[in-house]
Amino acid sequence: MEVVLAASASNILVWFVWIAAALALLASGVAVVLFANPFFSALALIGNLASLAVLYLLLAGEFVAGAQVIVYAGAIVIMFVFVLAYLGGRADAPWAGGPTLQNVTAIVAAAAIALEVIVVIALKAGDDLSNTAQVTGAFGSPAQIGELFLSNHLLAFEVTSIVLLVAAVGGVILGSAMPTSDDEEEAA
Amino acid sequence: MLGPGIAAYLILSVVLFATGAFGVLIRRSPLIILLALELMLNAGNLALIAFARQLGNADGQIFALTVMVVAAAEAVLGLGLIVAVSRKRVELDVDRLTSLRG
Repeated sequence: MEVVLAASASNILVWFVWIAAALALLASGVAVVLFANPFFSALALIGNLASLAVLYLLLAGEFVAGAQVIVYAGAIVIMFVFVLAYLGGRADAPWAGGPTLQNVTAIVAAAAIALEVIVVIALKAGDDLSNTAQVTGAFGSPAQIGELFLSNHLLAFEVTSIVLLVAAVGGVILGSAMPTSDDEEEAA
Repeated sequence: MLGPGIAAYLILSVVLFATGAFGVLIRRSPLIILLALELMLNAGNLALIAFARQLGNADGQIFALTVMVVAAAEAVLGLGLIVAVSRKRVELDVDRLTSLRG
């Protein structure tokens, strides 16, 4: 009896955490899209990534949750913030001038994508999706991820390093001071 | 599995994906379009990790980590392009950036 009570108490706790993370995820996602100032959008993305990390933890993805916070919140968002600081983030209000044809079409298209997939999930929720596998505590641990990366997914792991190298070289080339037409005019 | 089932995570993932797609469609600033793209990639990651949990197979998590690396590369190149465009003193508005001629 005590074991059952403890199980239901932790179930309620997990539900509570899930609802909080889901609300934070959706609210910060909408905030990223609708904030006029890009700087606030980038900050809202950090909240979005943090609530995603909580959901990954609930799905037994410990290593992915950690990597998510370090790679996204620690590196990618900081890069966005640096570029915003360099360019001086200009506000662009998405709803300025009332709803245009483009905005209305965007809402319809996004709602159509969401509705389509939700209908498919609802149709499948009864049979296949309700059978969740039992996993041990080692599932999603750094040890298991590392072992998979260095055995079954070694090619993906090595290709990843090439992708990052090419991206780094490309970033340097794009960011290096190329002679612009203005510079040439100033020199002439 | 404690808490909601996999279907709840998948619905959350598709709503996040639709939010990102909506952002890509309505915003004009390329910086915010990149941020909305990150939302869409993360929605895909959430679905991958939810399926990995459902099947009890960590290959989905490996896929999600690879997507994260590609997202980092995409952000570097996207931001590099935006900085290069802004050096040309062109207004950062994707509706006006219609020519790729240097």
